[in-house]
Amino acid sequence: MQSWRDTVRRGDPLIWFTGSALGISLLMIAGMILLILVNGLGFFWPRPLERVTLSDGTVLQGEVVNREAIPKPGTPEHLQHHRIQMKTGNRDVTGVDFRWVEEAEIASRERPADLVFVERREYGALIGRLTQLVRGEEVVATGSTATWAALQPLIDRAARDRDAIRRIERDELGGINYRIERERLALRRLDLRPATGGAGDAASRAAIDARVAALQAQYQEAEARLTALVEQAGATRVTVEAAGGETKDIATVDIFRAYPANELSWAGRLGVYASRIWEFVSGEPRESNTEGGIFPAIFGTVMMVMLMSILAVPFGVITALYLREYARQGLLVRTVRIAVNNLAGVPSIVFGVFGLGFFVYLVGGSIDRVFFAERLPTPTFGTGGILWASLTLGLLTIPVVIVAAEEALAAVPRSMREASLATGATKFQTILRVVLPAAAPGILTGLILAMARGAGEVAPLMITGVVKLAPDLPLDGYAPFVHLERKFMHLGFHIYDVGFQSPNVEAAKPMVYATSILLLAIVVLLNLTAIVVRNRLRRKYQASAF
Amino acid sequence: MADTMATAQPSPPVIKTNVEFAVPSAGSGAVAIEIRDANLWYGSNQALFDISMDIAEKQVTAFIGPSGCGKSTLLRCLNRMNDLIDNVRVTGTFKAMGREIYAPSTDVIEVRRKIGMVFQKSNPLPKSIYENVVYGLRIAGIRDKATLDEACERSLRGAALWDEVKDRLDQSGLGLSGGQMQRLCIARAIAIEPEIILMDEPCSALDPIATLKVEELIYELKSAYTIVIVTHNLQQAARVSDKTAFFWLGRLVEYSQTADLFTNPKQKHTEDYITGRFG
Repeated sequence: MQSWRDTVRRGDPLIWFTGSALGISLLMIAGMILLILVNGLGFFWPRPLERVTLSDGTVLQGEVVNREAIPKPGTPEHLQHHRIQMKTGNRDVTGVDFRWVEEAEIASRERPADLVFVERREYGALIGRLTQLVRGEEVVATGSTATWAALQPLIDRAARDRDAIRRIERDELGGINYRIERERLALRRLDLRPATGGAGDAASRAAIDARVAALQAQYQEAEARLTALVEQAGATRVTVEAAGGETKDIATVDIFRAYPANELSWAGRLGVYASRIWEFVSGEPRESNTEGGIFPAIFGTVMMVMLMSILAVPFGVITALYLREYARQGLLVRTVRIAVNNLAGVPSIVFGVFGLGFFVYLVGGSIDRVFFAERLPTPTFGTGGILWASLTLGLLTIPVVIVAAEEALAAVPRSMREASLATGATKFQTILRVVLPAAAPGILTGLILAMARGAGEVAPLMITGVVKLAPDLPLDGYAPFVHLERKFMHLGFHIYDVGFQSPNVEAAKPMVYATSILLLAIVVLLNLTAIVVRNRLRRKYQASAF
Repeated sequence: MADTMATAQPSPPVIKTNVEFAVPSAGSGAVAIEIRDANLWYGSNQALFDISMDIAEKQVTAFIGPSGCGKSTLLRCLNRMNDLIDNVRVTGTFKAMGREIYAPSTDVIEVRRKIGMVFQKSNPLPKSIYENVVYGLRIAGIRDKATLDEACERSLRGAALWDEVKDRLDQSGLGLSGGQMQRLCIARAIAIEPEIILMDEPCSALDPIATLKVEELIYELKSAYTIVIVTHNLQQAARVSDKTAFFWLGRLVEYSQTADLFTNPKQKHTEDYITGRFG
């Protein structure tokens, strides 16, 4: 008893208690990250393809993606038997692409060498046996082996053809459309202007008409080339025989990747794995975001966080400077400080509603009426866009920046200010040359906190500019290059959309984890950058104590 | 604090001496600083009581006295560093080189440029040694590299630091030793060529060898600058100063030539303090 009392008095239980609290937190975080990593990264690994024959004669082909015990509560069979989930693909042939099969019903399982996994533009994976390859009317190859040999070079060509088609569609036709739209707006501006009625007016209208006609001719020429290219690229087609003997004819230009899953060597699997991850990081989404890449979402997230930081940090620092250095410390300043702290706790959706009402409708609407009248009723700034989303998030994170910057300023030692003032510096010079540099590491801490909060926020974005699919990045080759009015994609929203709004939940599930990994990675990367900068500054101003 | 004040106030010799030594001409030389009837309050606490004294040009004047006696407060009045503290009220006149320090028309920046200061805790800025020294010049808008280089070398030589740091001027001022940092602060103070240098216990955080160096430096600087030094170290006051003022509870008790004050104090309080009976 005595010894237990001593133990308590020494504080040992407290050490165990606090230690285990930390341990549990770490375990939970590690577990979460591990779960996301396994589920997200495992998704890209090419699994073997199985042909499963059921006792009723049905044949299924595909990847075995899951296995679980069958719950039959209350019976002795509860959790005694297992079932497997198969990704059978071929959604356009059979209507479903995932099937649960009870192991008891399986007559045989095998891994035929000739099964091929095909990733294509539409309808998800195609799994089956290659039967023949045709070019136009001419049969190039028949039989599984010969067709696979003939198909391989065509897949590389398909990628090049798709690029060429895209180039014409997006760059040439898009560019011409962009210029035609500009002419249309110029015409509309003429309409909106109080009629001068002079010859000049008619002349400029005629000039616009002429330019539009020329552009239209260009458009037709490019379109003709596009049609020819599409025709030529679509000439080679491959036939795949599905599990039930149905055949599917697919143009090679629509094939993104194909591999004989059971024939692959380890190097081959790694190659498929790497190319899938690369596609995920750098490509554009397909199949309502359940396939392909998420590059636009990565880009949108990073650009929005950067914009938000550029807007929020200077504003917050200036506010903190006034509060800490200039304002007379009294009831008013105390009240403001409390209000700022409370602002940091306001639910983000409230900021979203404010952003929609104030930035989008009021500010954006006014901008449209004044500067983009010719485009109305199509809104330019009067609808959600990356600028408004960034401003809304900036508003959300400013309290964090203000609090951190105020603390950083307060931590600059008085002796350092006195040193500057005693040499005849004004207060302004002291702040600019001594206080701000010394407070910079602390201010950067505020930036880190703000970025961490901003990058993870989704709710306010959903009503201020994030969309499921934004084909055009907010940064591109057309003047003025930065299109702040454009809607954008965001990883957080992408997770929500793919996970909960997707028509094909099973196919989308791994994408949720993979996207989560990327969101985590980007937040960590952004933070690491800021931390490295902060540490460098801190070393420089080692006297300042934070 | 208020209690000690209350008990101290009726003490007759204090009040008397204040009048008696009100304006000590204190020997030879022109007057650099003239203080008349200075009173200072921190909020409702009075910290300085009716102080009047003249500080001679190009001499070292030491302020001694126990902690809380107001010597640092008085020193900080001379370049208006007390302005930085809220709720400080100052009355009386302070004149430096004939100009009123607290007049509304006086530019406080100009005052601080003419009256430099070295602090108790050395406070180099988080910049290179070079930038520390020329900080005051840069603030004043001087950009010419040659002028800055020249001022840097002159000031560092003046602060007896040149030989130790001339090869690493671009390194951080925070990497120096304690004594070097304090001399760097002195270099920074003299770089702007002030007329008066105020030193607030400049050696209290230094080891004896560094203290010796700073004291030697003070002795050398005396030929060019008027120096006012606050110190707790009576031996230091005796070694470096020409004149010494003894403060007690916000009042100037005795002010005379250093040799006189230490060998032949006229006031009982002074004698008690310098013989170590209190303080």
